[in-house]
Amino acid sequence: MNVFDILGPVMIGPSSSHTAGAVRIGLITRTLLGTEPIRARILFHGSFAKTYKGHGTDKAIIAGILGMNTDDERIRFSLDLAAEKGLEIEILTGEIPDAHPNTAELVLTGDDGHQVSLRGSSIGGGNILITRINGMDVALTGAHTSLIVLHKDAPGTIASVTELMADYGVNICNFRLARKKKGGQAVMTIEIDGAYNPSLNEEIQKLPNIYTSTMLRAI
Amino acid sequence: MDINYHSLYELTKTAKEENCRISHIVLAQQAEQMEIPAEEIYEKMRENYHVMASCIQPGCAPDLKSTSGLTGGDAYKMRQAVEAGKNLTGSLLGGALYRALAISELNAAMGRIVAAPTAGSCGILPAAVLTMQEEKGLSEEDCVMSLFTASAIGMVIAANASLAGAEGGCQAECGSASAMAAGAIVELMGGTPQMVDSAVAIAIKNILGLVCDPVAGLVEIPCIKRNASGVAGAFVAAELALAGISSAIPADEVIMAMKRVGDTMPSTLRETGEGGLAATPTGKKLCEKVFGKNPF
Repeated sequence: MNVFDILGPVMIGPSSSHTAGAVRIGLITRTLLGTEPIRARILFHGSFAKTYKGHGTDKAIIAGILGMNTDDERIRFSLDLAAEKGLEIEILTGEIPDAHPNTAELVLTGDDGHQVSLRGSSIGGGNILITRINGMDVALTGAHTSLIVLHKDAPGTIASVTELMADYGVNICNFRLARKKKGGQAVMTIEIDGAYNPSLNEEIQKLPNIYTSTMLRAI
Repeated sequence: MDINYHSLYELTKTAKEENCRISHIVLAQQAEQMEIPAEEIYEKMRENYHVMASCIQPGCAPDLKSTSGLTGGDAYKMRQAVEAGKNLTGSLLGGALYRALAISELNAAMGRIVAAPTAGSCGILPAAVLTMQEEKGLSEEDCVMSLFTASAIGMVIAANASLAGAEGGCQAECGSASAMAAGAIVELMGGTPQMVDSAVAIAIKNILGLVCDPVAGLVEIPCIKRNASGVAGAFVAAELALAGISSAIPADEVIMAMKRVGDTMPSTLRETGEGGLAATPTGKKLCEKVFGKNPF
């Protein structure tokens, strides 16, 4: 945590938990998808489910899905912008067992047909915690520069990624691995010290057994 | 620098030992932690301060209305009274009140603000610091630096309790903001780190147990006026602390108490818009006005 987690973000009102945090959850899911989303299914849980209309959480999360940031003055018009772009939206409310009160689950479908799902909680002050990606448990706050690497569960894959990071002189401060099944899809979530480094991310994408690698700036 | 923001005691002790303001320690430590030069971090904070200041003018517009239509225009009234020299408590408190209302009303109108620490409580700290600058003729640098002290207080609260109304009620949002503002005011008045600790403790004690009961689930009623009372509470706490009055319960223990109080609050009083003022006949009527019947 740093001072800008407390004083920040610069954002559009009215609620950092329900607006800024929701924008970030939407934006990260879009970033993971990597292409233009054509369909979005959003499940709201807890306080999100009860008050999303009042706080504009639906507008916020859709703004994120459309690629807007927390300080974009167009957030309040995101439903209209989504309609213009032809983004199909389904909003549901329900219970997710043991989830934080402000939790949303997103499934995005890209224009190339592939899907990404993500569960994220808005944990206060616009800060978020991502707890699940494509059905796999993760724990990512975005407080550090982070890498989300979707890959095939195969020997040597982790080593190839971490060796590359060592070559770049990048220090890992948190590493987590989850997989669906042996030899199936797996996800590495890696938090690093220091700044956003797009060329490292590009190199990781070229490694064998890597489906996608997404680097997120610290927020 | 080995500071982890787990206690205010540690922070004030370090400041005492180094014989400097808390903000200087925080800026130096943050530069180290984020691996960014201190000048850049200061500059980013200065930009945040400018966004805070930019909220006052549009927030005071007489025709400002929130998206729901429930609120807006109160900052204008308060400012009119202060500028006419007709308000009860003078331009220091009156100025802080209209600025807190302005920023908070702008937030409700989906305007651009700085979460401090949340959007629901975004008027309190900026109102305190901007008013101090205006009324006491302080330098921008001192004001920006005081935001680092305020942030450190917020980090300690986040580490030990919560900043979210959905978890800890309004005490976690407006209470934390009030404590952060109280600490900033004390530093701006040249108070000691120990006085900052006392001001934080007093500010939270005076708002302990405040529930989060927004009408229609919107960050408007009673949130906007609680920003005004939050900044007033910060001045009360700072004034007492600066007079040398200490808190019988140290700030770290007050923060623990806030956490425990929040944990025992029923969910109806934690931002769900189901209890407290939201459940009053008028509260329900206003909710219907915005969303129609049975929105939840």
